[in-house]
Amino acid sequence: MTVPFFQVQPGVWTATAMIAAIVLSSTAGEVLTAAAMKSLGDLDKIRAHSGVKGAIRAVLTCPLFFAGVFFLALAFFALLFALNHLNLSLVAPASASLTLVTNAIAGKIFLKENVDRRRWAAAAFVCVGVYLLAH
Amino acid sequence: MSKHTLTPRQYLILGLVAVCAPLGDTCLSRGMTHMPAISLVAPGALIAAVFTPWISIGIALLIGFFASYLTALSWADLTFVLPATAFGNVIVALLSRFWLHEQISLARWAGILLITVGVGFIAQGPSLTERPAPQPETEEVETR
Repeated sequence: MTVPFFQVQPGVWTATAMIAAIVLSSTAGEVLTAAAMKSLGDLDKIRAHSGVKGAIRAVLTCPLFFAGVFFLALAFFALLFALNHLNLSLVAPASASLTLVTNAIAGKIFLKENVDRRRWAAAAFVCVGVYLLAH
Repeated sequence: MSKHTLTPRQYLILGLVAVCAPLGDTCLSRGMTHMPAISLVAPGALIAAVFTPWISIGIALLIGFFASYLTALSWADLTFVLPATAFGNVIVALLSRFWLHEQISLARWAGILLITVGVGFIAQGPSLTERPAPQPETEEVETR
């Protein structure tokens, strides 16, 4: 049986910095990726017209996509690092909930999405729901 | 498709996004909690972690998530896709209750209810922001 190593839990500010790193890099990555995919158009239509290879080529020749992937990779390693020091029950709900809110704000500002009252309400409900579910 | 309603195939893709992400995260968590503490001084250990079995399975699931996620973002808004796919957390919680027979506290049931209501809110609305069609570039012709 593998015995997990005993780890000292980091302080509040260190934990906050770890979660903030995940949230900010993840938001930047998701907004850039969304912008890249919007610039390409419907991938299903591209695949129907040019096949799977054509759809993959369209994605891989978009510079915005690579900028998004860079930040998503950063978020991934920030998550691995945080999971190594903090409990999943803290990292998962905190980062998932906060990312929903920051994405709604970033979507409105940078992607000019129509974040109406319905979407704000959905983001708030899901944010609190994810927190309660994983807490 | 002025209201940008989704086809069954598009709902299937959103479902894949919803299921692959929480399952992938769970595998990553299981892998990372059984590893010794990793310091920022030796970040190479993070790279080595990628090749352990649980992390590899987690990454495979997250690749499936990413492919579906990219497809979803090509026909729906980010602020539509993200809350909609949070429904995966509810699926995992219900699986743990009825398949693994884990106890779900009142707070967790409240969380399930809130996420379901939130997803219901956005599912009723359009999936994509309406944008005015780009105007063709024409020279201004003055009518006299």
